Amino acid sequence: MRNYALLVLLLSSITTLSQNCDNTLTGKVTDIHDGQMLIGVTLTIANTEQSVQTGLDGIFTFSNLCDDTYYIQISHPYCLTKGFKVRVFEDTNKSFKLEHHIEELNQITIEGKAYSNKSKTVLESTLNKEELERFSTGTLGNALNSLSGVSSLNTGNGVVKPIINGLHSSRIVIMNNGVRMEDQRWGSEHAPNIDINSAGNLTLIKGAAALQYSGDATGGIIIVEAPRIAVKDTLFGKTSISGISNGRGVSINSRITKSNLNGWYTSIQGSLKRTGDTEAPNYLLSNTGVSERNASIKIGFNRFDYGIEAYYSIFKNQLGILRASHLGGAGDQVRGIASPIPLIINDFSYDIDAPRQEVTHQLGRIIGYKELNRRGKLSFQYDYQLNNRLEYDIRRGDDRNKASTDLELITHTVQANFETNKSNTHHIKTGIIGRYQKNYPDPGTGIRRLIPDYTKYDLGGYAMLDTNISESLIIELGGRFDYTHMNVYKFYRTSFWESRNYDILLPEIVVEEVGAQILTQPKLNYYNSSATLGATYSFKDNYKLFFNYSLASRAPNPSELFSEGLHHSASRIELGDLRFNSEVGHKFALTLRNNNKNFSFSIQPYINTINDFILIEPVDVRQTIRGNFQVWEYRQTNAQLIGVDVDASYPINKKLKLNHQFSLVKGYDRSRNQPLINMPPANFKNEIVYKNSAYNNLRISLQSAYVFRQNEFPNNNFEVYIPETETSEIVDFSTPPNAYHLLNFNSSIDFKTSNKTALTVGLEISNLLNTSYRNYLSRLRLYADDLGRNFLLTIKLNY
Amino acid sequence: MKIVQFLSTAIFASALIFSCSSDDPDPVVEEEVITTMTITLEPFDDQISSVILQTQDLDGDGPDIPEVTVSGNLLENKMYYGSIVLLNETEDPAENMTGEIEEEDLAHQFFYTIGSGLNASTEYNDEDTEGNPIGLDFTLTTTAASSGQDLLLNLTDITFTLRHEPVKSAEGVADGDITNAEGETDIEATFTVTIE
Repeated sequence: MRNYALLVLLLSSITTLSQNCDNTLTGKVTDIHDGQMLIGVTLTIANTEQSVQTGLDGIFTFSNLCDDTYYIQISHPYCLTKGFKVRVFEDTNKSFKLEHHIEELNQITIEGKAYSNKSKTVLESTLNKEELERFSTGTLGNALNSLSGVSSLNTGNGVVKPIINGLHSSRIVIMNNGVRMEDQRWGSEHAPNIDINSAGNLTLIKGAAALQYSGDATGGIIIVEAPRIAVKDTLFGKTSISGISNGRGVSINSRITKSNLNGWYTSIQGSLKRTGDTEAPNYLLSNTGVSERNASIKIGFNRFDYGIEAYYSIFKNQLGILRASHLGGAGDQVRGIASPIPLIINDFSYDIDAPRQEVTHQLGRIIGYKELNRRGKLSFQYDYQLNNRLEYDIRRGDDRNKASTDLELITHTVQANFETNKSNTHHIKTGIIGRYQKNYPDPGTGIRRLIPDYTKYDLGGYAMLDTNISESLIIELGGRFDYTHMNVYKFYRTSFWESRNYDILLPEIVVEEVGAQILTQPKLNYYNSSATLGATYSFKDNYKLFFNYSLASRAPNPSELFSEGLHHSASRIELGDLRFNSEVGHKFALTLRNNNKNFSFSIQPYINTINDFILIEPVDVRQTIRGNFQVWEYRQTNAQLIGVDVDASYPINKKLKLNHQFSLVKGYDRSRNQPLINMPPANFKNEIVYKNSAYNNLRISLQSAYVFRQNEFPNNNFEVYIPETETSEIVDFSTPPNAYHLLNFNSSIDFKTSNKTALTVGLEISNLLNTSYRNYLSRLRLYADDLGRNFLLTIKLNY
Repeated sequence: MKIVQFLSTAIFASALIFSCSSDDPDPVVEEEVITTMTITLEPFDDQISSVILQTQDLDGDGPDIPEVTVSGNLLENKMYYGSIVLLNETEDPAENMTGEIEEEDLAHQFFYTIGSGLNASTEYNDEDTEGNPIGLDFTLTTTAASSGQDLLLNLTDITFTLRHEPVKSAEGVADGDITNAEGETDIEATFTVTIE
């Protein structure tokens, strides 16, 4: 396009005689839509080499011009290149307007950024496309783990759940392309069902400040967005293939995007991953293979003032769970924990046997928006999600190949959002949302339902305002209200129903008695308010101080309400309580950030106080015909999490840079005055990065990650009698493992293969020294070491 | 106003479409569960009476503990023929689960752990298709009577353990030593018995 414009200019240029040749031409370039100054616009005078750029104020100056007519070509990365005819006579002032095409389609950008800020008074952490690509063979959790303040709760290498400032599962909301993920995230072994390769940008907000997404994110919000597509005639794509040594697997990922100047665009993406049994430094981890197949498609039409987009994605995986972690009662646990190596080690295999999970998550969304003249942008969205979760245990007889858990969760959401974007000083966002959800646990499994049948209705509304009080001070405030109604059908064991005195307390919800079970129909209502208040103050050029208070309310999840029986993968009996009310969190977060070229850092202390915090803890040991099992019961208490995240970055020279991260969180149960379980231990990450853009973008990094031992933990150990030895043994699953240190190496280099294609080759070695370690936050740490060294070779072709 | 109308219509419509199925869900039939294990110890000497050990846990992992009964005492210096029957009594009529173990004989084995104060020994009386024991049938031989001291110290227990997918080839396992058996415990029941 640019070439074409130049050609026209060249052909039409007229040479004239000149007399006075020390004139200047000055002016500014603004956006035709909102009059904003455009920075970095290139202006070139046709037939000369003279070229200038607009500065930070949008102003340009040409000097030494004659009294003449000039043809000027004006170009900007996000605008269509245009030619103008200018008559210069003495010093001339002339301003130009360009159509500043939002470089991206879809949800209009704010302030010229490709991905808009989600909250004005909380420092957001983001991972861009290049950073995400380094994790293309991993999971969403692995990528998030690279940010300070984020750890992960793992079940092997396949189930990686993000923990934000000490909180996880239901306390974290994940927005996938504008859709709130409803994928049964309550379970500690239920990983987010998102393909990392479908993401173009990932934003993390620690806390609930972004009320436009949800009011119940006491832990935080993760926003996954697909890569943006520019409005221009283009066709491009990329394909990458990775070989993974640990697990002897391969991963393929491909994306192709077509967009047109008339506003239509399409992007199709697919990925495949297959690995076999992975290895710890000293032994094979049997049955830890992974198979993943994902695809997504996006079709849309974008104009500056209106647009529509449809998105569909399917995520399908099969995850093997370490065979040696599938145990019977407490006696088996004693054996498993005491054994220095896993109880079951088989030969290497690609088979994914029981215990395993098979999850299919489908997501569809249609969004349309319209720019309302002088007011703002109005958008409507409908989305649909279908989550099917199958869990296979080791079973007997005819049930051998039958899933023990078969859940189907269907969610429909409609929402309308409005935001103003015309004023430079204040900005309002508001919206309403309605959601319908149905969970269907298939009784054909032959195992009592872990999560009952239910239908859930949500209705919510929010309003947020941010305003620039002065050049350096932004204030943000917002409120949200959500109403949730649940209509549940739950079978209780009569013995449990009576032991809890529910027969006296809640006789009205009984529908009928069926054998030794009671069918009940609880109808639950939750009224949740949430709010945020914050300020951002800029000072001394590069410094910014963020303050934010957020109030978040979360309704209890089905697992906390209705658990009642053996949770096989955890080898324990879990009991919920349907009388729980919503937990309410108050988080104060302060951030000091210096974004200086020579040394940048951010320090983020926070304190999060959560009333009626729902936690699960052991209360008893229960004797059954299958042996003894520990009983864990959910309880509400007042909890407090205090911590700090520190990031720092120091460029030694143009090519060498040091990055540092430190995170610390302490969590306490304030009612009982004891530490909370599963709090991430303090950790350091230090990295040295060499990057040479002159030499094929060569990038080499070496990272050292040190994880301290968690010294504060509740002691939940218990004793069990072992008949073989006629002794009582302690089942020690509380004591955290030792501190560990890992080295990770990463490198990549680009090759230009043709005019339009580029090849990137990357080599990554994780756990370089093949260190044996166990991670406190891994549920398999009792039975096996974590992963050993892994070589990952990736070849990526951009075209 | 239009938005509100549109939304309320949409929500109402979705509520109508998706909430019609008001049928109560069906209870789950737990076909795999073993609720009851009955061990009959029949003396070779038909002058004396059989001893029946039974554990019954009708609510599975529910709060009720298993009901354990021992019909009587064993006599010293006798041989008993033991057989194990497993039932699922959550179904009506109760389903005999013993056959399932026999069908998957390679993947199952019973172990009998005898307390140090109990002067008795056991021997397997059956074998799977590879010639290793299953343990549904066995013999129990008693010698001297239990001492008062042993009874007091609770050393006269006999524990029956059913292991799923044990390593039958491991050392001692075929002879009934559970130490190296590994696998996963499907049943574990302890009975306090007396030899008199």
